[in-house]
Amino acid sequence: MSERTLRGKVAIAGIGETAYYKHGQSPDAEFKLALRAVLAACEDAGIDPREVDGFASYGDDRSQAVRLAAALGIKELRFSNMHWGGGGGGVAASVANAAAAVHSGLANCVIAFRSLAQGQFARYGLSRLGDTAKDDDAFLAPYGLISPAQRFAMKITRFMTEHGIRHEALRSIAMASYHHAQNNPRAVMHGRPLTEEKYDASRWIIEPFHRLFDCCQENDGAGAVLVVPADRAKDLPHRPTYLLGTAQGGHHRSAAPVHNAPEYASAHFPTVAKNMWAMARLGPQDVDVVQAYENFTGGVLLSLVEHGFVDPRTANQFLVPENLFAPSGKMPLNTSGGNLAECYMHGLEMVNEAVRQLRGTANNQVPDAEIVAVLGGPMVTPVSSLVLGTEATL
Amino acid sequence: MSTTKTLALPAGLPAPNQEPLTKPYWEGTRAGKLVIQRCGGCGAHQWGPEWLCHRCHSFDLGWEEVAPRGRIWSWQRPHHPVHPALTGHGPYTIVLVELPHAGKVRMVGNLLCASDAKVEIGADVEAVFEPHDEADPPYTLVQWKVVD
Repeated sequence: MSERTLRGKVAIAGIGETAYYKHGQSPDAEFKLALRAVLAACEDAGIDPREVDGFASYGDDRSQAVRLAAALGIKELRFSNMHWGGGGGGVAASVANAAAAVHSGLANCVIAFRSLAQGQFARYGLSRLGDTAKDDDAFLAPYGLISPAQRFAMKITRFMTEHGIRHEALRSIAMASYHHAQNNPRAVMHGRPLTEEKYDASRWIIEPFHRLFDCCQENDGAGAVLVVPADRAKDLPHRPTYLLGTAQGGHHRSAAPVHNAPEYASAHFPTVAKNMWAMARLGPQDVDVVQAYENFTGGVLLSLVEHGFVDPRTANQFLVPENLFAPSGKMPLNTSGGNLAECYMHGLEMVNEAVRQLRGTANNQVPDAEIVAVLGGPMVTPVSSLVLGTEATL
Repeated sequence: MSTTKTLALPAGLPAPNQEPLTKPYWEGTRAGKLVIQRCGGCGAHQWGPEWLCHRCHSFDLGWEEVAPRGRIWSWQRPHHPVHPALTGHGPYTIVLVELPHAGKVRMVGNLLCASDAKVEIGADVEAVFEPHDEADPPYTLVQWKVVD
């Protein structure tokens, strides 16, 4: 039996995004944003949008595949897919699902995308519960445990306390995103630099490890990538960017109710990271640039640890700004500004940035970047990750 | 059993929906008892509630009273109000409490303490029952306080 893998089988031929807005400030409706991003990704790839035959998304995206297909005049829809789970846990999974569809022959040309207009719809950071809380929330919301930050904060408290990791390590993660955003005109926080003093003086969202700048923005916009078979990518305008490894899911009972996951202080990547590296036949030491989804900086720490980029015993020494800044840091992190400072596009903007780094067209280009990892939304479950590479890495 | 008439948080937060799967727990807290699932097949404690024992796959999950004591596994102190009922209230403390004598299951509640009190992982705590008699249907939450 031949090896079952996606390594080198598909490529991201095109990337697209809308302008990015503060939440509630998009002049366009959410669905229009999705259309703009899809069209931009097709134009970037040099492919007629009517040739797209599949859509994959995540986080209960409201822009449905069939409506997109109808609006775009798609000739034949062969694949439509929604990945379970909230937030950005499924960002890499949406690309992986598109890739699996393309490689298996279910479809030929699949868009993975995310669209969000929180002015048109509800915000994430405020309660969306009614008078009664159901299921898991019945045991949480009456105690004022409601928002995403609150759902994850006790994982961070436990991990940081257990390993003696200082808040300054998280500050460095925030500093990296803001530093890179200053050189990225697309970034919502472009022109709004962050200093250590400003971070330290920012208000508490949640003690003991969530100041304002540890938390992502909420934004309006859309992003999309176009996935095609590897062979086809060679004939398209851009230098091909290949999927080397990807995985999604969660470790043993990671979604156990009422905060009862056996391995609690986790971003839920232990098995996902292992499977991704195995498919890629690579490890963290091979990676030139890391995009790690920041819902909260503590989640980035956990993601980096579980993917093998950071040893908790040396996290305080390693997670300093100079190690995380492009172009010369040991581990350039979130080089477009990420969710904190470019745009909270639920991580899709990080996939686009990974492709830019491999094409050599990033605003904060890491010289000769050949391999980029994208670690999807942490601490939710299921989670997902992927690693992309240039032709030289095949 | 320890009860309090003072609410840890302002009125107006969502009330727990008492579903068929979880009703024995809420009936227990109304009576001032901490009651959790215990498997009739393998004897293991299970929390939160589920229809199936995740260890032995028995559907025979009963309910058993456990000692209302535990120790702090983790904690957080939200400052930013995310629900209208919390606007202007100020910081409050949430704890994740491990019950070492009941299969190390964990429960979430508020720690009854000053808003700037030091919180220590591993500290021993005991349950304080907080009835909401005026609610329809009435319910009782389980809060925690550090054992002196």
